Amino acid sequence: MAVLVIADHDNATLRDATHKTVTAAQKLSSDVDVLVAGNGAKAVADAAAKIAGVRKVLFAESAELGQGLAEAFEALVVPLAANYDAILTPATSQGRNVAPRIAAKLDVAPISDVVDVVDASTFVRPIYAGNALETVTSSDAKKVITVRPTVFKPAADGGSASVETVSAPAAPAKVKFVDQQIVKSARPELGGAKIVVSGGRALGSAEEFQKVIEPLADKLGAAVGASRAAVDAGYAPNDYQVGQTGKVVAPELYVAVGISGAIQHLAGMKDSKVIVAINKDPDAPIFQVADYGLVADYKAAIPELMSELTKVGK
Amino acid sequence: MKVLVTVKRVIDYNVKARVKPDQSGVDLANVKMSMNPFDEIGVEEAVRLKEKGAATEVVAVSVGPTQAQETLRTALAMGADRAILVQTDQDLEPLAVAKVLKAIVAEENPDLVVMGKQAIDGDNAATGQMLAALLDWPQATFASEIAVSGGSAKVTREVDGGLQTLEVTLPAVVTADLRLNEPRYASLPNIMKAKKKELAVKELGSLGVDTAPRLKVAKVTEPPKRAGGIKVETAADLVMKLKNEAGVL
Ligand SMILES: Cc1cc2nc3c(=O)[nH]c(=O)nc-3n(C[C@H](O)[C@H](O)[C@H](O)COP(=O)(O)OP(=O)(O)OC[C@H]3O[C@@H](n4cnc5c(N)ncnc54)[C@H](O)[C@@H]3O)c2cc1C
Ligand SMILES: Nc1ncnc2c1ncn2[C@@H]1O[C@H](COP(=O)(O)O)[C@@H](O)[C@H]1O
Repeated sequence: MAVLVIADHDNATLRDATHKTVTAAQKLSSDVDVLVAGNGAKAVADAAAKIAGVRKVLFAESAELGQGLAEAFEALVVPLAANYDAILTPATSQGRNVAPRIAAKLDVAPISDVVDVVDASTFVRPIYAGNALETVTSSDAKKVITVRPTVFKPAADGGSASVETVSAPAAPAKVKFVDQQIVKSARPELGGAKIVVSGGRALGSAEEFQKVIEPLADKLGAAVGASRAAVDAGYAPNDYQVGQTGKVVAPELYVAVGISGAIQHLAGMKDSKVIVAINKDPDAPIFQVADYGLVADYKAAIPELMSELTKVGK
Repeated sequence: MKVLVTVKRVIDYNVKARVKPDQSGVDLANVKMSMNPFDEIGVEEAVRLKEKGAATEVVAVSVGPTQAQETLRTALAMGADRAILVQTDQDLEPLAVAKVLKAIVAEENPDLVVMGKQAIDGDNAATGQMLAALLDWPQATFASEIAVSGGSAKVTREVDGGLQTLEVTLPAVVTADLRLNEPRYASLPNIMKAKKKELAVKELGSLGVDTAPRLKVAKVTEPPKRAGGIKVETAADLVMKLKNEAGVL
C-alpha cells in the first residue's frame, strides 16, 4: 500500500500541517510520498524531502498550481492516483478545496477532517460541531482524506528523499486567478501555535481588538484568534476565526477574552490543553470548558494580566 | 441567467447534538430542524442576484425526506421562484448528493449553482467541489463576494491567510461562506406567497443515480468531556496558576 500526501505550503515554506499529515499517512503505510505542487517552490520540495520516512517527493510547478487552483490540482493528481491507495492532505482551506474535487473524479467518497486512523479503511471524524465522533469504514478501493492537523504530531526531519519532477498539467480553461490579499504576520501561524489569544464581540471595535488582544498575544508569543462575531463585525480578519467553520486549534494554552463560548466556537478550541476564559458574565458557557476562569471586565483584567506577566519575565 | 441553489435540512444551529446511547448515530427525534445556515446565505445571494437583474430565475433544490419541503418553502419565502425536492429517506453521502444534483443540473441547465460551504450536521464541506468535478465546471468555494457579469463570475474566497479572487467562466459552482451576506427573514406576506409557488417532488429512484453508500458508520460516540476547571479571583492568581500549576508559561 502506498500513500500520497499533498503538501500544504505557500510556495516559500512548507506548512507544519504537512508534517502532521505525514504522521497520519504513516499510520496507513510506510510507503509515503509527498506531492509538492506550486510555483517557484523548490525550497518547499527540498524541505519535504527532509521529512523522516518519506519515500520520495513529487514536484510539479505551474502558475495555476502556485495559485492553488482546484482544477489544476485535479488534473495533476487524478492521473497520479493510479499509483496510490490513499491520498491525504491537511484539512486547511487549500486541502478542503481540492480533496473533494479529486475524490469525485476518482468516484471515491472523501473522508473529511480525520482525527484518528483506526486501520487502513477505518477512520474517526468529528461531526455536528464536534459534539459527536463518527467512526466510518470506507469500501472504496482508494481513500481520499483530509486530516485535522491539530491532533497529529509533526513528523520529524532527518530524511533525505529524492525529488522527482512531474510535468504540470495544462492551465485550466475555465478559471483564472485574479488576485489575493494574504497577510504575512510575524506571529506564529494560528493552526500550529503553542499559545492562542482570541477576542470576541466584547472588544467592540477593530481598534480595541488591536489595542487589547494583540499586545497580550505578543507578550505571550501567541497567535491571534477571534470568534465569528468579532470577525463578522470587522474587528479581526476572516482567517482569525476559530470554530466549527473556521480554524481548529489545539494549543498548549488558549485564552478567550470576551467570548461567550457558543458550540460553534467550542468546536474549534475545546481540544486545547489549557483553556483560560476572561468574561464578565459568570454564567457564560465558555466557563464550562475553561480550566481557569476569571470573571471580570476585560478592560480591567487585561492590563492587570499584562503587568503580572511582566513580573514573571514575559 | 438561471441560478440553482441547494438547501439541506439539518439540525438547528442552536441545538446541541446528542449521541444515541446505542452509538448508532445522533438523536434527531423531536429536535428542531432548520435550513443549513450556509444555504440560507446561498439562497440570499441567489435572490439578490435576481433583484439586481443579474439572474432571471432562482430554483431551490433539496435532497432529503418529505419534511425537507418545509425547508424549500423557506427558500421560496426568501424569494426563490420554484423548488425541487428529490425525496429520499436515505442519509446520502456528499458523493451521492453530488451525483443527484448533477442529474438535476442536466434537467435544469442553470448557469450558476450556489451551495453552502458546509452542512453543519456532517461537517463535510465537500458536496460543492464534488458537483463541480462531476460536471467539469470550475469551482469557487468559501465565497465572501460574488460579482456576475457577462459569462463569468468574479468570486472572492476566504482562504488561510486572507482572501483570494478568482474569475470563473459560467456555468460554475460557488459555495457560500459566512461573510457573503446576511440572510433576510422571510416576511409574513412572502411566507403566504411561497405556499403557492411550484414545488416539484421527484422520487430519488426516478433519477437513475447510483447512491449506494461507500462509507459504513461503525459507531457514533461522544467526544471526551473536559473536566470542569476553577475560577480564579485575580489576574495575579491566574498567572501564578498558569506558571506553577499548568506549566504553560
Ligand atoms: C453556521 C454557523 C457557523 C458558525 N461558526 C462559528 C465559528 O466557526 N466560530 C465562532 O466563534 N462562532 C461561530 N458561529 C457563531 C456562534 O454561534 C456565536 O454567535 C459566536 O461564537 C459568538 O461570538 P462571541 O462569543 O464573540 O459573542 P457573544 O456571544 O456576543 O459573546 C460576547 C461575550 O463577551 C462577554 N463580555 C461583554 N463585555 C465584556 C467585557 N467588558 N469584559 C469581559 N467580557 C465581556 C459577554 O458576557 C459575552 O459572553 C457560527 C454560527 C453559525 C450559525
Ligand atoms: N441533501 C442535500 N440536499 C441539498 N443540498 C445539499 C445536501 N447535502 C449537501 N448539500 C449542499 O452542499 C453543501 C455542502 O454540504 P457538505 O458537503 O455536506 O458539507 C450544503 O451547504 C448544501 O448546499
